[in-house]
Amino acid sequence: MIPRLPVPYGTRINRSETLTFRFEGKTFRGLAGDSLASALVASGQWLISRSFKYHRPRSVLTMAGQDANTLVQVAGEPNVLADVHPLREGLEATAQNVNGSLDNDRDALLDRLGRFMPVGFYYRTFFGPGKNSWLRLWEPLIRRKAGLGKVDVAAPRARYEKQNRFYEVLVVGGGPAGMSAAIEAAAAGARVLLVDENPELGGSLTYARFDDKPEAIAQSLRDLRRQVEAHAGIDVLTSAIANGWYADNWVPVISGNRLLKVRAKEVILCTGSLDQPIPFRNNDLPGILLGSAAQRLMRHYAVKPGRRAVVFAGNRDGYRVALDLIAAGVEVAAVVDPRSTQQHASLAEDLAAKGVRIIMNATVVEAAGTAGNKHLKAARIASAGSGTSEWIDCDLLSVSCAYTPTYQLALQAGAKLSYDDGAAQFALSSIPAHLTLAGSVAGNFSLPSVLAAGRKAGALAAKTLGLPGRDIDMPKDDERGVSSFELPLVGHPKGRDFVDFDEDLQIKDIVDAVRTGYSELELVKRFSTVGMGPSQGRHSALATARIVAHATERKVADIGVTTSRPPFGPEKLGLLAGIQQSRYRHTSVHHRHIDAGAKMTPVGAWWRPLYYGDEKARDAAIVDEVNLVRQRVGMLDVSTLGKIELRGPDAGVLLDRFCTMNYAKQPIGRVRYCLTLNEMGSVIDDGVAFRIAQDHYYVTATTGGVDRIYADMCWHNVQWGLDVDIHNVTGGFAAFNLTGPLARQVLQATGGMDVSSEALPFLGGRVGRVANCPVRIMRIGYSGELSFELHTPQSYGEALWDALIDAGKPLGLRPYGLEASRILRLEKGHIIIGQDTDAVSTADELGMEWALAMKKPFFIGKRSIELLRRLPAKRRLVGFELPASLQDKPDEACLILQGDAAVGHVTSTCLSPTLGKWIGLAFVPADLAEQAKAVTIKTRKGTQLQARIVSPHFFDPENKRQDV
Amino acid sequence: MPLTLLKYGLKRDHVPHREIPATPDLKRNYDVVIVGGGGHGLAAAHYLSKYHGISKVAVLEKGYLAGGNTARNTTTIRSNYITNQSIRFYKEAVSLYENMSHELNFNVMFSQRGQLTLAHSEATLRSFHLRAEMGKHHGTRISVVDPAQVKEICPHLNMDEGGQHEVVGGLWHEDGGTARHDAVAWGYAAQAARRGVEIHQRTEVLGFDKVGDRVSSIRTSRGTVSVGHVIQAAGGANQHVAKMAGIDMPIRSFPLQAMVTQPLKPFLDTLVSSANLHTYLVQSSRGEIVIGGGSDPYQLISTRSTLDIKEQLAHGALQLFPFLHNVKLLRQWAGITDMTPDYTPIMGASPLRNYWLDCGWGTWGFKATPVAGKYMADTIANERVADILLPFSLDRFEKLALINEMGATAASH
Repeated sequence: MIPRLPVPYGTRINRSETLTFRFEGKTFRGLAGDSLASALVASGQWLISRSFKYHRPRSVLTMAGQDANTLVQVAGEPNVLADVHPLREGLEATAQNVNGSLDNDRDALLDRLGRFMPVGFYYRTFFGPGKNSWLRLWEPLIRRKAGLGKVDVAAPRARYEKQNRFYEVLVVGGGPAGMSAAIEAAAAGARVLLVDENPELGGSLTYARFDDKPEAIAQSLRDLRRQVEAHAGIDVLTSAIANGWYADNWVPVISGNRLLKVRAKEVILCTGSLDQPIPFRNNDLPGILLGSAAQRLMRHYAVKPGRRAVVFAGNRDGYRVALDLIAAGVEVAAVVDPRSTQQHASLAEDLAAKGVRIIMNATVVEAAGTAGNKHLKAARIASAGSGTSEWIDCDLLSVSCAYTPTYQLALQAGAKLSYDDGAAQFALSSIPAHLTLAGSVAGNFSLPSVLAAGRKAGALAAKTLGLPGRDIDMPKDDERGVSSFELPLVGHPKGRDFVDFDEDLQIKDIVDAVRTGYSELELVKRFSTVGMGPSQGRHSALATARIVAHATERKVADIGVTTSRPPFGPEKLGLLAGIQQSRYRHTSVHHRHIDAGAKMTPVGAWWRPLYYGDEKARDAAIVDEVNLVRQRVGMLDVSTLGKIELRGPDAGVLLDRFCTMNYAKQPIGRVRYCLTLNEMGSVIDDGVAFRIAQDHYYVTATTGGVDRIYADMCWHNVQWGLDVDIHNVTGGFAAFNLTGPLARQVLQATGGMDVSSEALPFLGGRVGRVANCPVRIMRIGYSGELSFELHTPQSYGEALWDALIDAGKPLGLRPYGLEASRILRLEKGHIIIGQDTDAVSTADELGMEWALAMKKPFFIGKRSIELLRRLPAKRRLVGFELPASLQDKPDEACLILQGDAAVGHVTSTCLSPTLGKWIGLAFVPADLAEQAKAVTIKTRKGTQLQARIVSPHFFDPENKRQDV
Repeated sequence: MPLTLLKYGLKRDHVPHREIPATPDLKRNYDVVIVGGGGHGLAAAHYLSKYHGISKVAVLEKGYLAGGNTARNTTTIRSNYITNQSIRFYKEAVSLYENMSHELNFNVMFSQRGQLTLAHSEATLRSFHLRAEMGKHHGTRISVVDPAQVKEICPHLNMDEGGQHEVVGGLWHEDGGTARHDAVAWGYAAQAARRGVEIHQRTEVLGFDKVGDRVSSIRTSRGTVSVGHVIQAAGGANQHVAKMAGIDMPIRSFPLQAMVTQPLKPFLDTLVSSANLHTYLVQSSRGEIVIGGGSDPYQLISTRSTLDIKEQLAHGALQLFPFLHNVKLLRQWAGITDMTPDYTPIMGASPLRNYWLDCGWGTWGFKATPVAGKYMADTIANERVADILLPFSLDRFEKLALINEMGATAASH
């Protein structure tokens, strides 16, 4: 390990705790508090990654988690930002996207082939020579080279959590501006959340050099931190990133494995600004980094970033970086200033006093690397005045030239981005209400203006909240400390002057995209892929805008940046998904089904019994259950049925308009079928309505349809101005359908209310008690047998079920499942919504004209029915039958053929145990339904069966069995 | 190395061929004006100019070239529909895609790696059987597969045996695939431009002047042009444009969102989609996982992103591939879909005699780009709606002759 710089350098590290870790199979040591990259660089391991396309050696650029150069694989996790990933004992990391090893990447050859790969080259080629060449030959080759990290397909699930938080003020960014804003808002009485992505509060105060003495800066930082900590009204989250802005100040904040969904009345963005690299040949060599990154390495991690440095200083901060480097013992060979006149005289004097050479009106045009370009060796400086250039040996080139405001969240919130030609940087305007910017994101760079802007934003937020915020004066505009210089865009004839490090894009790629005709910025992005990599254009947007502006002879302000989209930083899918649990629902007697050996199946969120018994004897078990219902008595758990209570003077009116039959006239104590259509006249749901009292209906809907029906009813209740209370009580009631010739005997044996045919006739409903459980009983059923549907509050569900099963045992009562239920209903020709109907099937097509009370003045879908009845009928759901002994069987979804044409399909079919033949329902063209005696069914195997068309009421067509 | 690249690499001072010309001044009249410079409009321009010799054509685009839903869709191409009309139409679309790179001399990267749609319930499986039977009947490559075959096609999928979302089978559509969406539009644009079609970016249509039942001229933000025929292919703005032309259409606009992860080494070769989970995933040739689902639940004309949709998509994606939990999202975005009541487009004639519709593309427009362009051009050239487009006419809504594609569209795109 190379010795670290002495205290006070290294604010993040604990020098007494050494950590051992591995990178690329080699063992390294670092310190607690190090990031993976700081520990590597401290150990002399600069090479961290290979670039996406050309596999060029890459190293730290920002040291702030803002670029893709330090992406590594940490165990099963791909694309980890090594420059901010906390080092841990035993950590295992490897490089990504290398063929061979990081040191010897065979794909580095691609760098030499780069000249054969102009921007968008893949659109020009790779599709010949044959028709399928892309799919068969080229794509597999290219796909092998795609991607960065590897997913571990065997990785176990991890736990992620979500939390909703509500604050009056959310301050994003805990630098000097953010801390000031939080303090000011809290002082006025606001509840504040202060979020910063770094492990500590302080922002630039923790690493940058200001014009004040370092002791004074340190004191300011301590004061601000103390005030923040002392204030009970401020919650602080560090190592947490506010990762996007959504409507109404809804900001997801990532804190470890927790996603905090923060809703704030006021949001103050103190997100700072991003130091920008400059393009020149080989500007991506390890050892070339941003000035702020060099400062972070020194101040946070006590790592000396090089021995001999060239400092590019397009702004004041460049001079400060040079002073910092000298203080840390780095030899500064030259400061290169692109401006023609000296603008920081006193800083320049300080440097000159230390013997540093300052080259004015000059820029870096090229860098050279050691063998394999693994590290910077020298930089070529060209002087604009004399036109001469010279090579200067160095192992560090720090770049300070321009900043872009960290505008992402502000733009997502609707702010506009313009370009301030004077300040040579982007500026935000049209800031929406309840959002304020402060600090360098708002163009304040001098510390006094940053602090004042923070306080002002905090006070303003407080005032907007109606709290007593103070009046804060801002320093004058010329004291804001403008800090950018127009990026020099020195294209090199040999290229490798990178604009976008993620995508290996050079100046000529952007220019060529424009020249090829993709001159709109969004097209430049799409054609060249600039800004599409993991760092989302943070370091390419400004350069791209300037290149495009130049190439199209427009202003940078007119070019702007591509649409800013969440997330700001990388966001794990696990965080968004949260605790990955299935939202299942069990009925009150779920455990009874399990005890009875039921094979359970999910139906939407619910679990329902399919049949009872061994899977191997499935078919026999189902036939037994059918026979049980036809011959004795069975019970089906129908608790999953949708249940809606309608109460109020207009309940009948609502139903009359919402469903197709007459409900306002329905007598109390009667149960009536409910068919619901949409505006097109298509059937969307069915159920029944039990009129319990004059102004009270109990309505059922299908298991899958109830949520929609409930929502639609609520909507129409408001729309029509009706007075109905609507409650979805689906989960509130258990429901069992007791059905079969002996059903009444079971109820009589159970004890309770009178269930005789006089007291409770077919389609009657009563409220009473059975086995001491409060019940609503309806004389309805799906099976065509004598049926009682008992609804009881779900807390009574188990008691009622047990009482019925016990009482019915001597009569042979057993529960039956969905499979038997489907056969029983098909034998009666009852439809299942969604199986025998589709999105456009009408009641007429389904043979349910009887359910349409066309004399009513209105119901949803009536107009469409009238319209359709004036047109020729298109199709009809018909019954069909086939003998039991068939070589090949009909199946659901088998096609109905007319000649070669597919003209319909089978919706339901089964081998009826009761009737001893195949029966089914099918959609067939209306003329066929009327004229033909048989239809042709094409089986899944392709054979054709001739099925006889019959009435769909296959069993007991007179309905004698249910009305007893 | 392909020859084109070799030539480039050996040539100094390469000046690229300008394949998309700069927007010219508007002429005073055009034979055909196409409203909307997306994939559909550009495809129609290509077919008009290449196959019908009609090149006095202007494509008017309010924003930048193909910047609407062409730029925003998740590029699924498939023909596994339910109705005869749709299957016939989309099947031709797939075959046009198969030859598109050669047709345009532009690599659109049609990657026919198959689409696997998952069933988590018997009811879904039943609808798959119908799609498979219909598809097979029409000669598309489609079949219902059992869980073992699903596992074989997509080895890393969570089958969730015994769970709420157990995979009970799938619909395997070998003809399905993806293409580079932008390239499709650019390829058409470049070809059309070569034959004299003018592409006017940043040119907004402000209104239509009519004489009787014909559009005589179009007022734009850059001047007024008189016109022989008009094709409306304006994507998310279709409702708005039709209104300007005085045409009432049963279209409602909903945002549709999608998202993409950072690039990963390929592990997912097919498109995987689950209607029950409202989620589908596909890994692009850059290695990114594109994740999408159904439209937003309410009508809105906005391309903003929302957090809740992103959460839902992540939930669905991790249900299918739990190991993706530590994969990071890069970006989310949205488009505006012009939905019809039957999830089927509106093409062909309008109440105006020289105004032709290519609308109602909802969430399924990209896959139809070539076939819609081909037959819209055919329709204009013959001044008669092409047979294959007839079922998709606007007047089907008056007759309630809907084409039911709800089930086959939902979250599969």
